[in-house]
Amino acid sequence: MSHITPEFKLISEWIQPNSRVLDLGCGDGQLLQHLITTYGVTGYGMEIDSAKNIQAIEKGLNVIHSDLNSHDLCDYFDKDSFDYVIMTQALQIVSRPDELLEDMLATGKQIIITFPNFGHWRNRAQLLFKGHMPRTDTLPYHWYDTPNIHMCTFNDFEALCEEKGIEVVARTVVNVAHRKTLGMSIAPNWLGEVALYKVQKKTA
Amino acid sequence: MTTELGVITPQTLHIESPLLLSSGLILPRYDLTYETYGQLNASASNGILICHALSGDHHVAGLDANNKPGWWNEYIGPGKPIDTNQFFVVCSNNLGGCHGSTGPATLNPDTGKVYGPDFPIVTCRDWVNSQNELRKHLGIDQWAALIGGSMGGMQVLQWAIDYPDKLKHAIVIAAAPKLSAQNIAFNEVARRAIMTDPDFHEGRFLEHNTIPKQGLAQARMLGHLTYLSDDMMGAKFGRERRKEELQYNYEVEFQVESYLRYQGEKFATTQNFDANTYLLMTKALDYFDPASEFEHDLSKTLALATAKFFVVAFTTDWRFSPARSHEIVKALLDNDADVSYAEIGSEHGHDAFLLPNDHYEGVFRAYMQRVICDMPSQDTKLSTAPKAEK
Repeated sequence: MSHITPEFKLISEWIQPNSRVLDLGCGDGQLLQHLITTYGVTGYGMEIDSAKNIQAIEKGLNVIHSDLNSHDLCDYFDKDSFDYVIMTQALQIVSRPDELLEDMLATGKQIIITFPNFGHWRNRAQLLFKGHMPRTDTLPYHWYDTPNIHMCTFNDFEALCEEKGIEVVARTVVNVAHRKTLGMSIAPNWLGEVALYKVQKKTA
Repeated sequence: MTTELGVITPQTLHIESPLLLSSGLILPRYDLTYETYGQLNASASNGILICHALSGDHHVAGLDANNKPGWWNEYIGPGKPIDTNQFFVVCSNNLGGCHGSTGPATLNPDTGKVYGPDFPIVTCRDWVNSQNELRKHLGIDQWAALIGGSMGGMQVLQWAIDYPDKLKHAIVIAAAPKLSAQNIAFNEVARRAIMTDPDFHEGRFLEHNTIPKQGLAQARMLGHLTYLSDDMMGAKFGRERRKEELQYNYEVEFQVESYLRYQGEKFATTQNFDANTYLLMTKALDYFDPASEFEHDLSKTLALATAKFFVVAFTTDWRFSPARSHEIVKALLDNDADVSYAEIGSEHGHDAFLLPNDHYEGVFRAYMQRVICDMPSQDTKLSTAPKAEK
């Protein structure tokens, strides 16, 4: 079995074997390949980057080269086509995360999403004490060259879920090394660096 | 490392079994001219059929007798994306063509004269049926892959629908599931240019020892124009003029006019392309609409296909734009089919499918690895690389 990142390992634990998966921003296809070989899932990856696209095709994956900023998911997939729609570390780079979230919920029964927490104390401290946009291991960019155009905190994300009638089924908050600490479970929005969410539409 | 194939000698298959055409007419016997590259392995599992575009022919790779490289030589050969050390690659001149296969310019055995306009109009399906005879002749039960661009891509789709168990992979490049009104309109203008040429003689120009050069040249100018992108023409020619001073006449003023005239002239005088074949190929394109047999539902149509698909489009292609490839991809996704899609950034318009491009070559190489992986394992490694065919 190929080596996978701790984040992908955590996601894998949420996936039922033999389910149908769509991986948005699948990169070189590492997660999807792992899910296929280990859990017998079927499905597709979507990726905009040409070089990663080639790597994903090399892995024998079904990968659709697409820009999610100019195409809707429903241009490709019918309602409830997948058991899971996954998007790792990409929500904050799309032009309208709220709309994409709705699209994902229409396409998949559950969605799994991971993103960096802008509310982490280091980010807050840099802004508060230095008066600069934060630069950390999780967010290494300058304000002017960052692809992360829609940063949010865990609280922001959960507020959006509440507003859109989205139920949080599971949440894991970890540090940049993808480890959990006691502090993170007490004050996740202060101490958590990365969050993994599994959400679905609220049943009426 | 890539090497060249060397000089390739075309072969001709005489097919004696009658072919029932889409039009209802029957072609009692016909020839298919084709070239092959690489070696068929023991279990005949490494066969690849390349389908050519409108003005293409069977000479896709290597050199012909006049040392002219094939139209896709960049992509086919030892060590190239379609690696002839791995695959046995076949390309045939379409029925109705004018480079060896039976067509309007060949002799009608019943009359002893060239067919000319009496050659029946054939369709994509007829091409596929005729190529299926070639498949049997070569002893290939199932192609490892079918590959085609533009009109060739449509043929690949037709193969996947009509003979689903005869191909493992379908690679459809810069194609569309059917022509749009605009596509048909361009074809019609090209046909009118040819048919209104005084040298056309109702299609019997060869009997009059002439060819409708002007018409062919104009058809080609129009066609060529639709294969290029606006940006690229702008970059290449802009408003550059032949002479510094404006001439205020109807001679060539702008370089782009000169270029188009040259392209048309070259096609009409040196390519030896039969005008009736040009008419026939454009008609076959117009008629192509496999979904018309399935309530115009492309998803239902492609439900018949069992091949794995790789669909490729080019950003500046407006003849068969990425949106047209999307239609194919969407229909395949509706069927939960195995499909990958790549949209290649290129400034070269529709022509990009024939040109070198890093991303294009990269995805192609990657996908062909997958084709190899899907071949029975004992055949994936040929003991020695076949030598260039001299």
